[in-house]
Amino acid sequence: MTVGRGLALALLAGLAALPFVPMGGMRSYMLHVLIQIFIWSFIGSAWSLMGRFGLVSLGHGAFLGLGAYTSTLLWNAYGVTPWLGALAAMALTGLFAVVVAYPVSRFRVVGHYFGLVTLAVGEVIRLSIIAERDWTGGSLGLTVRPAAGLFALQFADKRVFYYGVLALWLAGLWVWDWVDRSMTRSAMEAIGEDETAAASVGIHVTRFKVGITVLSAVLTALGGVAYAQYITYVNPDTLAGIGVSLRIVFAVVLGGMYSLFGPTVGTALTIALAEYLRIFFGLRLIGMAETIYGLLLMIFIIFLPAGIYGSLRDLLRRRALPAAAAAV
Amino acid sequence: MIDPIFLLEAAINGVLLGGVLALLALGLNLIFGVIDIVWIAYVDLVMLCMYAVYFLVTVYGWPLAVAGVVSIACGALLGLAVHLLVITPILATPPVNQLLATGGLLFFLQSFATFLWSTDHKSVRLALPSFEIAGIFLPSTRLIPFAISILAMLGLYVFLTRTYMGTAIRAVSQDREAMALMGASPQRVYLVTSAVGGAMAGLAAALLSMQYSVHPFFGAQFGPLTFMICVLGGLGNMVGAFVASFVMSEIISMGGVIMSTEMGYVIAFVVFIVMMFARPGGILGARRE
Repeated sequence: MTVGRGLALALLAGLAALPFVPMGGMRSYMLHVLIQIFIWSFIGSAWSLMGRFGLVSLGHGAFLGLGAYTSTLLWNAYGVTPWLGALAAMALTGLFAVVVAYPVSRFRVVGHYFGLVTLAVGEVIRLSIIAERDWTGGSLGLTVRPAAGLFALQFADKRVFYYGVLALWLAGLWVWDWVDRSMTRSAMEAIGEDETAAASVGIHVTRFKVGITVLSAVLTALGGVAYAQYITYVNPDTLAGIGVSLRIVFAVVLGGMYSLFGPTVGTALTIALAEYLRIFFGLRLIGMAETIYGLLLMIFIIFLPAGIYGSLRDLLRRRALPAAAAAV
Repeated sequence: MIDPIFLLEAAINGVLLGGVLALLALGLNLIFGVIDIVWIAYVDLVMLCMYAVYFLVTVYGWPLAVAGVVSIACGALLGLAVHLLVITPILATPPVNQLLATGGLLFFLQSFATFLWSTDHKSVRLALPSFEIAGIFLPSTRLIPFAISILAMLGLYVFLTRTYMGTAIRAVSQDREAMALMGASPQRVYLVTSAVGGAMAGLAAALLSMQYSVHPFFGAQFGPLTFMICVLGGLGNMVGAFVASFVMSEIISMGGVIMSTEMGYVIAFVVFIVMMFARPGGILGARRE
């Protein structure tokens, strides 16, 4: 594991030093792409906390939107600093997650039904934001009131955001790893396999399910706040509803949801792909970039069902096993 | 206070919308029940067929009835294509992958339509008379689709209960493994189901063209509603889906008049979520466990 640890440290050092590498005019753009990758990877990791145990949510947009709108509205209307706004957003989203997850777990909504109920939850939040247009701005969205400095959590220098979201991403990985090594993982895996059997050996099914949902929702809300602070604009269609919810799931499944770096690999790949196609096509052939994106996603899902990271790892293992056997 | 005549009109419009929604929901429910895969992109097939109807009617000047027949054929072919190209390779993969593959199809169709035809709303603009009964307007652009979809649903019922293939389809939806053991080919049943489901999308497209304009995000507008109706009715339960369509369309129509269009949908979705807790087997289904 020492080689892996060394590699991870080198990668981390590289990421930390990156903003100071001279890149000419490209720096700002590179940082912009990387910041987005970190934020969405964090959100993807939060999603996979639930997804890996068979709780495939198609409504994480609800938590994202709730988080982003809470901090933005508090700041715009009452001048509450987004630091406190983020706490309020996390608290509110956590509460909302309990309200949704408790009955879902009590009444044993699983499988397809779980996906569809969460999808409906996502749509409820998106449409509610649009319906309350008097104070949320409706479909037009809302601009985060501009101000500079630590209190407003807005910075002109992208490097500040870069380090902020890098830390956020690392924290997300730490939480993922913590869950991975805890009792929760064993309990959740047992629940994912067979709820009745899990309950019969004394696992409190509802408590674990609601707990993991709240954790995932709260982190997603935090990701939403970070995104809103960075872009300084919130919109119900980009932060809530089916579109964004599916995009999160896509990235994670593409990377592989059962491994620590899976969500990050998937997110980095989908964002890089989307950016590349966007720049390649520019203003020509409107819709073509998204068309190819959709087509590639379909092909990836069909041919790499274990995700890119997962498939690669399996391939390496298969290569490594005969080699190890030959060495013995 | 809202004029009761408006409420009555909203209620009637709800019933008329419910008829077409029921057609969509039955098509999706058929596929869902038999193949056990959620076609997230089902309503996007409707969207493609609506474009076909639009171009045939406005550009080539074909009568709507003929364009409708072409649209049905188109839908059936699309259904077959989706099954062979997207569904067949993922039949054995976990549900999340199946969901995402058809979700990818949704992104693909949506943006390909944007690429080909831009995001403009396109409408066939029919000039059909409205009837007025006791101060309530009943446009034929809503009455005719309602009548045709009721007829089509009766046709589907006859097909499923009176023909050999229909019986096979129902049998597979009840027990996949047993059907294969009886010597029936699930692949053939799947193909026919996909084609029939697609054809219903094509018919729904022709009917929806009479009252809605088509745009690339049409699928996103009606898609979630269609799944929810299917699930609310109980998967594979045709009568349930039929009843659920009217429940949802009434909520949307009345909610739209009393509050706002979005709130109508919000209430409908909340009702769906609560119903999932109270009656997970669908409104007509028995409680699970």
